[in-house]
Amino acid sequence: MATSRRVLTLWRVAVFIAALAPLVYWGWQVAINAAGPEPGRYLLLNIGQGILWMLLLTLSLTPLSKLTRWKGFTLIRRQLGLWTLAYAVAHLLCYALFILGLDLSRLGSEIVRRPYIIVGMLALLGLIAMGVTSNQWSMRRLGRRWKTLHRIVYPVLGLGLLHFLWVVRADLGQWSAYAAVGACLMILRIPPIARQLPKIRQRRQVKRAAA
Amino acid sequence: MLIKIAKPSDLRESDVTPESVYLSRRRFMGGVIGVGAGLALAGRAQAATGPDYADVPAGNPPGWFGPKLENAKWGAVVPADREVDKNTPFDDATHYNNFYEFGTGKGDPARRADRLETQPWSVVIDGEVNNGGRFALEDIARPSQLEERIYRLRCVEAWSMVIPWLGIPLSDVIRRAEPTAKARYVRFETLVRPEQMPGQDSSFALIDWPYVEGLRLDEAMHPLALLGLGMYGRELPNQNGAPFRLIVPWKYGFKSIKSIVRISLVEEQPVNSWQAIAPDEYGFFANVNPEVDHPRWSQATERRLPNSLFSPNIIDTRMFNGYADEVGSLYAGMDLRKQY
Repeated sequence: MATSRRVLTLWRVAVFIAALAPLVYWGWQVAINAAGPEPGRYLLLNIGQGILWMLLLTLSLTPLSKLTRWKGFTLIRRQLGLWTLAYAVAHLLCYALFILGLDLSRLGSEIVRRPYIIVGMLALLGLIAMGVTSNQWSMRRLGRRWKTLHRIVYPVLGLGLLHFLWVVRADLGQWSAYAAVGACLMILRIPPIARQLPKIRQRRQVKRAAA
Repeated sequence: MLIKIAKPSDLRESDVTPESVYLSRRRFMGGVIGVGAGLALAGRAQAATGPDYADVPAGNPPGWFGPKLENAKWGAVVPADREVDKNTPFDDATHYNNFYEFGTGKGDPARRADRLETQPWSVVIDGEVNNGGRFALEDIARPSQLEERIYRLRCVEAWSMVIPWLGIPLSDVIRRAEPTAKARYVRFETLVRPEQMPGQDSSFALIDWPYVEGLRLDEAMHPLALLGLGMYGRELPNQNGAPFRLIVPWKYGFKSIKSIVRISLVEEQPVNSWQAIAPDEYGFFANVNPEVDHPRWSQATERRLPNSLFSPNIIDTRMFNGYADEVGSLYAGMDLRKQY
């Protein structure tokens, strides 16, 4: 499938706008006092879910491009990965500014009582490691090791889901949905299954040609 | 017939000084100093006509509610420090709720609770009582005067509000049921109606419906324990536990069970829903206690809502949510670290 350069550029811009839109929307809700009596927490929790969305979308790109071979999916992988990092940094900032109120003396006791904060920080460190090595220069320098390094994304997904699970109090519905999507995306990476993905496309093409 | 022999150390209802008494004394002194002559007058006018809830949208109360409201005793209990304990805006109190029958999001109850039908409503009173049965809500409410009580509400999640409730003393209802000598605890149950309560339809819910709560009989007989029928000068909005809920201001909010359909006097200590889910996190007593932390967060402070982005409005949590003078004696000799 060949897509013109212009369409691909538009696609990248569209993805950029779509990824930015939720942040703008939540900020707007806070600005017009529609975010409820606890706006800091509103931002914290919504952006937290946004991280999982971005991460799962990023992880769906490789299976999708294998399935369709469309260049557009590979083209936005770095962008979505960086959006995941941006959301995670925003989430941390919300916590530090609005929940902790920048009172670092409370951080110590918070971490002891809320061990999921450590889990979240570890996930963020993983995202940062991938973020700073996402440029062409790092890819050239790291060579083969780049790919190994970026496999951190799998433990990051696990840590992120664990961090979220720890916060859930009484209904696992939403968490289960994220976990199920994450599990599917992981299954699609198991080599024998991953090898089937291009074949599905080829079979479809053969069928279409025959018809 | 319940014969309760009072120990000399027991507090009587008449011993409890309502916070409004403190308040009226403050008002009086303000008048004496001359700064607040107008304030004192305003205070009297308020007591006669009821407080100003002009901004609060009218509800759809049952016919019997209007006459009760006219005879309500306004400001029966009011926080001593109205600077700190200002009423939470109605909009916040009705759009930030934990009512898992309608979903686990704070906004879910406001969005989904309008489907709940609350008229007519009946309540079963059973167990160790001589005068049990199924009663229409208006018959339960009829003999008691409606009282406005402005209470602090402290959620176990470390946020808090101040709500002007309207209700009747729980002790009135229990007395009329005539508990037998065996009755030691009171068990409450919320409505189960999944077709109107979508949270009960979730197959991922950890709560085993119905939602259950309980009090020790002496806690239930305490004058501060209220059965709520309204708030902000009107009947309860659905998302706040309409039409009939419990309010126990010295305990974490989850004890104040909503949309009650059954009150049972029992011998054994009931297992409340949150205790059943996570006994190491939520106990039976659930008294507000800044010294006993939740395993996953501190209870030493609370976020008084509404807050804003750069002022989280964190205040110190008080023992028994500030009602220690009134209820502390109920727990004399108990290890509150173990019996949390």
